[in-house]
Amino acid sequence: MMHDLSPEEVQLYDMVCEFADTVVAPQSYEADRSHTLSMDVVAQMGELGLFGLPFPEQYGGQGGDYMALGLAIEALARVDQSIAITLEAAVGLGAMPIFRHGTEEQKAERLPDLVAGRALAGFGLTESEAGSDAGATRTTAVLDGDEWVVNGSKQFITNSGTPITSFVTVTAVTGERTRPDGSVSKELSTIIVPNGTPGFTVAPGYDKSGWRASDTHPLTFDDVRVPAANLLGERGRGFANFLRALDEGRVAIAALATGAAQGCLDEAVAYAKTRNVFGVPIASHQYIAFTIAQMQARVHTSRLAWHDAARRVDAGLPFKKEAAIAKLVASDAAMLNARDATQIFGGMGFMNESLVARHYRDSKILEIGEGTNEVQLMVIARELGLE
Amino acid sequence: MKIIVLVKEVPDTYGDRKLDLETGLADRAASEAVLDEIGERALEVALSFADAHDDAEVVVMSMAPETAAPTIRKGLAMGAAAAVHIADPGLAGADLGLTARVLAAAIRRTGFDLVIAGNLSTDGSGGVLPAMLAELLDVPNATALSSIEITADSVSGTRSADDATMRVSATLPAVVSITEAMPSARFPNFKGIMAAKKKPFETLTAADLGVEPHDLSVAMSIMTAIAEKPARAAGLKVTDEGDGGTRIAEYLVENRLV
Repeated sequence: MMHDLSPEEVQLYDMVCEFADTVVAPQSYEADRSHTLSMDVVAQMGELGLFGLPFPEQYGGQGGDYMALGLAIEALARVDQSIAITLEAAVGLGAMPIFRHGTEEQKAERLPDLVAGRALAGFGLTESEAGSDAGATRTTAVLDGDEWVVNGSKQFITNSGTPITSFVTVTAVTGERTRPDGSVSKELSTIIVPNGTPGFTVAPGYDKSGWRASDTHPLTFDDVRVPAANLLGERGRGFANFLRALDEGRVAIAALATGAAQGCLDEAVAYAKTRNVFGVPIASHQYIAFTIAQMQARVHTSRLAWHDAARRVDAGLPFKKEAAIAKLVASDAAMLNARDATQIFGGMGFMNESLVARHYRDSKILEIGEGTNEVQLMVIARELGLE
Repeated sequence: MKIIVLVKEVPDTYGDRKLDLETGLADRAASEAVLDEIGERALEVALSFADAHDDAEVVVMSMAPETAAPTIRKGLAMGAAAAVHIADPGLAGADLGLTARVLAAAIRRTGFDLVIAGNLSTDGSGGVLPAMLAELLDVPNATALSSIEITADSVSGTRSADDATMRVSATLPAVVSITEAMPSARFPNFKGIMAAKKKPFETLTAADLGVEPHDLSVAMSIMTAIAEKPARAAGLKVTDEGDGGTRIAEYLVENRLV
């Protein structure tokens, strides 16, 4: 492991690797095949405290930090990206906005269950016409007496329809604001919508090409009424709130991608040493050895990048650029390593039973989700003053 | 109630395990070092009891090289309250007799109501240490338990034999060993890992325990030879010419495999 980790961080990583290998991996193929998130695995992750890693003990958390969360996500992603993204979304998009922007009352009511993994929550940002361009949000929330009335639809919302999903935090237009220069912009706010509220429909899950055991649904809101007290954070601060969540999410996705790249590397090394062609292990062919050496270099640089970004998050330093770089580098590493690993596996790498085939399908989304890699380039360019 | 659990760092069974042909000792660099699974199960027995009994204190104990400290610490991360690590270069390669004398001295020093160990380590596979300890500590010994009940003043359980199951019990203090039939251990969580940093971790030498490692008046086992494991020979191939079943059965009987 990396020298920048404390002995406790190494233990955490090793422990989650052991959990991933013994509890998660044996069910991954079947879960992927049947598009099912195992609630048994989620429950065991809860017992292990994974959902509470970056939260204080006051709310039932583990008292760790963002680095600790990243280590757990990386360790899980080596063998199962669906489970890793379930954790990432549950913490980063489900619980973290409540912890960061919620009132004491909202935190006391919602955090303990989320932190223990007894409940999951989703974050409804993406719409058919709005993703990173969140200003194009069409979902609306109108205050009617002491209730918000929410209308609109969201798509690709992770953890929004599991048997234990308790709510989705939805971004919605709550009005208009006139800027000092006279131009008018949308006022965005975030509102907690409990699952089961009349008018809130969770449509059947998507038929995805990867991350198939991760729970992802389109959502519709048809005159959904929730108490005014369900406003999360300040009215009109919705945009700022989720930008922070997205920046942090990029660090977590970089950790996940690093785990995927590591998983591909581990598989490739083991396979190349044992698979014989023309009487020798394929590892003794220089082309294969060099391909694997490249894979190792990608894993290493990805890990350096996300560790640096995570340490900056934990130190309270600016991390926008570093998060974008980590996400860009690591997601490319995952995709390239998945491609190389499947090639090394040959025909076996095309079989869905093989971990590398799953990584091949799963890794593509890493270049798309949490801001496409083109958006990462845009962010990095802007940080350099290039607009 | 003070429960001492004996744990051990061993080469990971998932890796290549090798003996150092110079010293005859396990080549610790050849494979990853892990906490022996059977010791983890023994610790789980103690921790489950402690979960339900506030007055129970669980101490993990190990005689191992200094480098094993992080592995022993895992026991603290899982929930043990304290650790005792006997680390002494003079004890390298200690046989079962010396190991038992050292551990018995350490157990007596720490104080105990119950000692729980695995029945057999995955590296040395001696399997007699719990009995030796009970003898040296002069307390009852219940070995190879596949189930266990602990009360304030007794321990009981079942031991499976080939054609019967025995119920055994002993008054405390006692030494027991458990088998792989006991539930596998919990994973340590991050809170436990962080808490482990602040828990008492005592490191002792043989001299601290008043044990002389090279006491020639005590019987000891001496390694007379060591050799590389012979390469696997090709097995017997039985071609079925109508009598395949009979020939396989004969082979199994001949080699006492059935």
